[in-house]
Amino acid sequence: MGTTGIPTRITQGTPTKGGIGESTLRPDGTLKVTGEFAYASDLWHEDMLWGFTLRSPYAHAEIVSIDISQALAQPGVYAVLTYEDLPTDVKHYGLEIQDTPVLAHGRVRHHGEPVALVAADHPETARRAGAKIRVEYAELPVVTDEASATAPGAPILHEGRDDHHAGHVPHPNIVHRQPIVRGDAEAAARRADVIVTGEYEVGIQDQAFLGPESGLAVPAEDGGVDLYIATQWLHADQRQIAPVLGLPEDKVRMTLSGVGGAFGGREDLSMQIHACLLALRTGKPVKMVYNRFESFFGHVHRHPAKLWYEHGATRDGKLTHMKCRIVLDGGAYASSSPAVVGNASSLSVGPYVIEDVDIEAIALYTNNPPCGAMRGFGAVQACFAYEAQMDKVAAELGMDPVEFRQLNAMTQGTLLPTGQAVDAPAPVAELLRRVKAMPMPPEQQWLSAGGTPPRSAGGTPTRPEAGGETADVRALPGGLSNTTHGEGVVRGVGYAVGIKNVGFSEGFDDYSTARVRLEVIAGEPVATVHTAMAEVGQGGVTVHAQIARTELGVTQVTINPADTQVGSAGSTSASRQTYVTGGAVRHSCEAVREKVLERGRAKFGTYHPAWATAELLLEGGKVVTDGGEVLADLVDVLGEEAIDLELEWRHRPTEPFDLRTGQGFGHVQYSFAAHRAVVEVDTELGLVKVIELACAQDVGKALNPLSVVGQIQGGTTQGLGLAVMEEILVDPVTAKVRNPSFTDYLIPTILDTPPIPVDVLELADDHAPYGLRGVGEAPTLSSTPAVVAAIRAATGLALKRVPVRPEHITGT
Amino acid sequence: MRVTFTVNGRPQEADDVWEGESLLYVLRERMGLPGSKNACEQGECGSCTVRLDGVPVCSCLVAAGQCQDREIVTVEGLAEHAKARTCGTGACGSAKGTGLDEAQQWQARPTDESVELSPIQQAFIDAGAVQCGFCTPGLLVAADELLERNAEPTDADIREALSGNLCRCTGYEKILDAVRLAAVRQEA
Ligand code: FES
Ligand code: FES
Repeated sequence: MGTTGIPTRITQGTPTKGGIGESTLRPDGTLKVTGEFAYASDLWHEDMLWGFTLRSPYAHAEIVSIDISQALAQPGVYAVLTYEDLPTDVKHYGLEIQDTPVLAHGRVRHHGEPVALVAADHPETARRAGAKIRVEYAELPVVTDEASATAPGAPILHEGRDDHHAGHVPHPNIVHRQPIVRGDAEAAARRADVIVTGEYEVGIQDQAFLGPESGLAVPAEDGGVDLYIATQWLHADQRQIAPVLGLPEDKVRMTLSGVGGAFGGREDLSMQIHACLLALRTGKPVKMVYNRFESFFGHVHRHPAKLWYEHGATRDGKLTHMKCRIVLDGGAYASSSPAVVGNASSLSVGPYVIEDVDIEAIALYTNNPPCGAMRGFGAVQACFAYEAQMDKVAAELGMDPVEFRQLNAMTQGTLLPTGQAVDAPAPVAELLRRVKAMPMPPEQQWLSAGGTPPRSAGGTPTRPEAGGETADVRALPGGLSNTTHGEGVVRGVGYAVGIKNVGFSEGFDDYSTARVRLEVIAGEPVATVHTAMAEVGQGGVTVHAQIARTELGVTQVTINPADTQVGSAGSTSASRQTYVTGGAVRHSCEAVREKVLERGRAKFGTYHPAWATAELLLEGGKVVTDGGEVLADLVDVLGEEAIDLELEWRHRPTEPFDLRTGQGFGHVQYSFAAHRAVVEVDTELGLVKVIELACAQDVGKALNPLSVVGQIQGGTTQGLGLAVMEEILVDPVTAKVRNPSFTDYLIPTILDTPPIPVDVLELADDHAPYGLRGVGEAPTLSSTPAVVAAIRAATGLALKRVPVRPEHITGT
Repeated sequence: MRVTFTVNGRPQEADDVWEGESLLYVLRERMGLPGSKNACEQGECGSCTVRLDGVPVCSCLVAAGQCQDREIVTVEGLAEHAKARTCGTGACGSAKGTGLDEAQQWQARPTDESVELSPIQQAFIDAGAVQCGFCTPGLLVAADELLERNAEPTDADIREALSGNLCRCTGYEKILDAVRLAAVRQEA
């Protein structure tokens, strides 16, 4: 019997060929369209049990007692675990600060915190047994914002903190604080002809990846455990799991299962340790799969933020200075809050030249849901605020908002507020020009026909995107709900641009590892690439094969499943994998190529002088000179013996930001995107229809143009979601989550998402492999402020908060 | 209880089914057909979409017991279903009667077998409509059903037909491309 449905060699199925720069198709495409691709939630093992997590119904409470006896007595129940059952002294985990309890001990700090675990032979049995665990709570007062978290006598979320930020924060409920001071903002403000201030707010966004948190833990005979899991970073998981289990890392063997999206939400552990604990306790394989309700509690979210900004400008449109204060709510545990603070502060000016700045960003500990990584990571919140400010300053000056931005746009060489020069192309003005130059979607007839709304021509609607001679009600705000035929509908256009760092910053040793093997199989040269990179949907597996084909001149490439049998690839986040693991694959391929050439010289060097003198390449399965002369077949050079190398690769080092001034070479690379949004707003009902959301982005080099456009469109759509619909609602009094479902937490459907034309610019970054730039996040930044700018343009409203809700538009 | 119904042309049965089990659970966990996905189990995402007597339904909202003696098509059977449709008789399908045991032997397809895909499946690959792929099975079943009843859908028709299927990765543009592509190829 097949134990786990792990696809073994995922190059099968879809015929794929092509090197870098080609739109090679996904190697896992066939498995994904036939339903055979094994996601973490699809795994099955004989005799497996189902795990269930009992979670706290309160946001802040003391646990007075836990009684598991009734639960344990249920037929079909194999184990019930609480804090008391944790096998070692290591009872907390965390990405940067180990402050998150594996299971709550004496106190819960947020709604949905894990308290106990059950393993049973059916998921419903486990759930029902969970309901029989008696937990007595004594509720505690909650802190929910900066005022309550830092008030005199406020409950301290983590007493006796000794993490590396504890010493420099002004209050123990502040996780991290990063000020950045450059120039003299006060003095510069005196030169300003106009000063514009604004306060902005960003709600809690959820990653809402579709594949729920899931995995299968299988106890092994050697006392270790094999974990099949959907994650973003196998080795970071392993590093956090092993000490809690009391196992050496090499006895926690991890294999990546199919991952149904991630977007930052799988950077922190969810059910990993829990499933392993249950498996080791029962001696049986344990599967855990969250349902959507639980998923909303099972991972961190995007930090909600309050942002206060001041900008000044001279009459001729030059920005003089910027002051800002950004307060991010990290919720109950640290997760990646410190790094989010670093991003929010260092990217808070946006892609503009402003020499005199005074910046402060903090993240709070509160009893709200824990927040951490989500696509855009600190830069999203800042971009919403600074782009709103740009429109406001331009309006104050009577300037065109795009021209105003272009006038102040950064270029290669501009210093960030951290003092770091942007040392690669920074085509900010050009991206704005391009996105503005894209053809406008035509006015729809109900708008252009002087207010007489036309009727839908029965039965044969035209494509509204294509011309709109006939109004199709489905293209109007409210869509299929048929709430308007054009009355009260106004159009608006808005622009925004953003800057996102690529890779892990602030001195992090951000490396990756790739193992590349080249051998002859059935008379053909075949390359095998093995990394621990988490393929979460982004298409890294496609790109790795393309790189191997380009570097090794072979057509057949096998991508091995990602696991911990090979060195760390780092996280699939921060737009970094194509850069860093792609860089590692290239590096290992180059080293393999050197070995090939060495072997060739030894075998055949005497037959042709070019072996010693010419620049040699591998192309089309042959060793060729740079002049194109064929020296040997790769098959003959390789012979019987494979070449197999595993090497690490790092990008150039960064350094931490100074804790007082924020100065430092903190970032590796930047990525820029600009958006133009066209919206139609039903001003009577407050409904927004985004008509088009055009994007121009510089990607350095598009290794796979089809995937690049897919990333840009996907990121853009998540930004649209934040603009008009997505928010986790937390009760301000109880700090309980009010909408943990797809019924109440809305993400864009195909009806909400407009055409997204994309203009891809390729200006090489000479520091990066092939000149590429990470693409995944930048489009998520500027999408949100562009949509809101368009709604402002349509309605004349100030709109300081996202998501914009109907009542913000109607004022009801 | 015991439940018996037809899945992708083959009679299937499952024993010891608890009354509260959904069709989705029985397909995934008892019949070895995990292609239909479980993104919400709340009837909101469409990742679990299957055909029940020809009608697309969210299988997470259908009790397994309701399916007694009825016909289900899942993503695993989509290629055969599309083929049967084009051959007209409905009798082009291959072997029938896979038992429960055999169905549970389900494994990732061996590596070097070439796979026959339905036009919509091929179009999803070709158009780049698949990223993480978690939404894909449900979208394929829904899109195939659309093309079955409307060979030349407008964009608005496609959007309407797929409005119950969430995708978090693609921004839907390439999904639209895929359906347009399949429609064009179908005509050709
Ligand atoms: S899983 Fe059935 S609709 Fe989401
Ligand atoms: S491809 Fe990931 S949800 Fe659609």
